[in-house]
Amino acid sequence: MKQTITLTVNGDEFQLAVDPRRTLLEVLREELHLTGAKKNCNEGECGACTVIMDGKAVSSCLVLAVQARGKKIETIEGLARNGKLHPLQEAFVKHGGLQCGFCTPGMIMSAKALLDKNPRPTEDEIKTAIAGNLCRCTGYVKILESIKAVVDGKG
Amino acid sequence: MRLPSFEYLEPKTIREACKLLAKYGPEARVLAGGTDLLPKMKSKEITPRYLIALKSIEGLDYIDYQPGKGLRIGALATLESVRNSPVVKERCPVLGETASLMASTQVRNLATVAGNICNAVPSADMAPPLMVLGAKLRVSSPGKGRLAPIQDFFQGPGQTALGAGEIVTEIVVPNPLPKSGSVYLKHTVRQAMDLALLGAATMVALDGKGACKDVRIALATAAPTPIRALRAEEVLRGKVIDDALLAEASAAAVEEARPRSSVRASESYRRKLVGVLVSRGIAQAMSRARAAGR
Ligand SMILES: Cc1cc2nc3c(=O)[nH]c(=O)nc-3n(C[C@H](O)[C@H](O)[C@H](O)COP(=O)(O)OP(=O)(O)OC[C@H]3O[C@@H](n4cnc5c(N)ncnc54)[C@H](O)[C@@H]3O)c2cc1C
Ligand code: FES
Ligand code: FES
Repeated sequence: MKQTITLTVNGDEFQLAVDPRRTLLEVLREELHLTGAKKNCNEGECGACTVIMDGKAVSSCLVLAVQARGKKIETIEGLARNGKLHPLQEAFVKHGGLQCGFCTPGMIMSAKALLDKNPRPTEDEIKTAIAGNLCRCTGYVKILESIKAVVDGKG
Repeated sequence: MRLPSFEYLEPKTIREACKLLAKYGPEARVLAGGTDLLPKMKSKEITPRYLIALKSIEGLDYIDYQPGKGLRIGALATLESVRNSPVVKERCPVLGETASLMASTQVRNLATVAGNICNAVPSADMAPPLMVLGAKLRVSSPGKGRLAPIQDFFQGPGQTALGAGEIVTEIVVPNPLPKSGSVYLKHTVRQAMDLALLGAATMVALDGKGACKDVRIALATAAPTPIRALRAEEVLRGKVIDDALLAEASAAAVEEARPRSSVRASESYRRKLVGVLVSRGIAQAMSRARAAGR
């Protein structure tokens, strides 16, 4: 039986009727057509589906949409404002923090959740924040450089 | 893969949740963070008809310390909140350190400590440190509640001592013994996002003369459930711990461990790890105990 939930996604409120077996990731992608968060491993291992829920990075493939009822969700689509990229997005472009781009939305949301709470993290804190985000392309060095550039104000 | 169908139940009180669980029996599962449950449901390893959400019950995510009662960790307190909790750091730092060794930020923000214990796999990282701290689980049921020592909680892989309609509402961690220290050592192949090939928690309390007043050793992935290494403890208790005694104790732990071979590690490798981690852990717990003063 479908249940009605309210989600605030990137500042906009949505009323949705969802089947309890739908994950937050599926609802974001299939109902709201926000396809930035990726469905990859679908079991919490890769971080490609990372979104921010009430200020915390979570794997949206492990959250039932009904469990997200009333929560504030941020996805990669909400970062650019008035056609201008978020500093983290700028930095990933400038410092080559992405290649194929599949991991990038999750990677950036993990980094954003960290910087929102702790604008001047140490390198270890950055590594901890993105330890659950797998990247098959970059080797991580340029991802770290991109995030550090934002921390150092050199985005 | 998508989740199979189920009915999502949202009790408002623990009592109501216990009643639902008792009513639907094996067809129902309690849902905390879902990080163990949902992947298992996606792969159809289990297909419960009812999920009883704890999220709809208010105020279960606390981490609270009171001198008389010790540390209390509510059923919905997450691994990440334990990792970041100042009171955990002050009272039982080993619990925060253990949480740091588990999963990833985006999983720790969902996963609960109680879920890790109730899931009851041999590799549950929170089990050994809670066992050496002498934790108890507060269990509610439609009838009378009870306080269950974590010691007797694990009955087999995925099997707990919870009866019909029983839910863990909080984990109670008594005050650590005076002049004691605890550590958890987790051996993994990768630095992050990896299950323990072996995990060892050790607690040592020293007396005024520096001898071992009390000691506890608990192991993950060393048997079908998390276990205490009681014979190894016996070797050390009441003695002044030196290298020879440490070697004797770790040999005893190696003997009482019952690890299995899996794709991740062979039985003989795990046995070697038991010895190494126990002696290393005891040495580290002792230096913490010495530094603890009090
Ligand atoms: C990518 C990834 C990495 C992981 N890494 C680790 C790791 O390093 N170490 C480790 O030990 N684990 C790890 N896990 C496993 C898991 O995250 C933990 O075991 C977690 O703590 C489970 O808590 P949960 O709240 O998500 O439990 P859930 O999935 O909600 O529940 C787990 C089980 O316990 C039962 N249950 C939950 N709460 C209660 C309660 N209060 N009373 C009675 N029954 C209850 C449920 O019915 C279910 O059977 C990992 C998981 C993933 C997906
Ligand atoms: S798709 Fe969610 S963690 Fe991989
Ligand atoms: S850029 Fe391809 S997976 Fe990271």
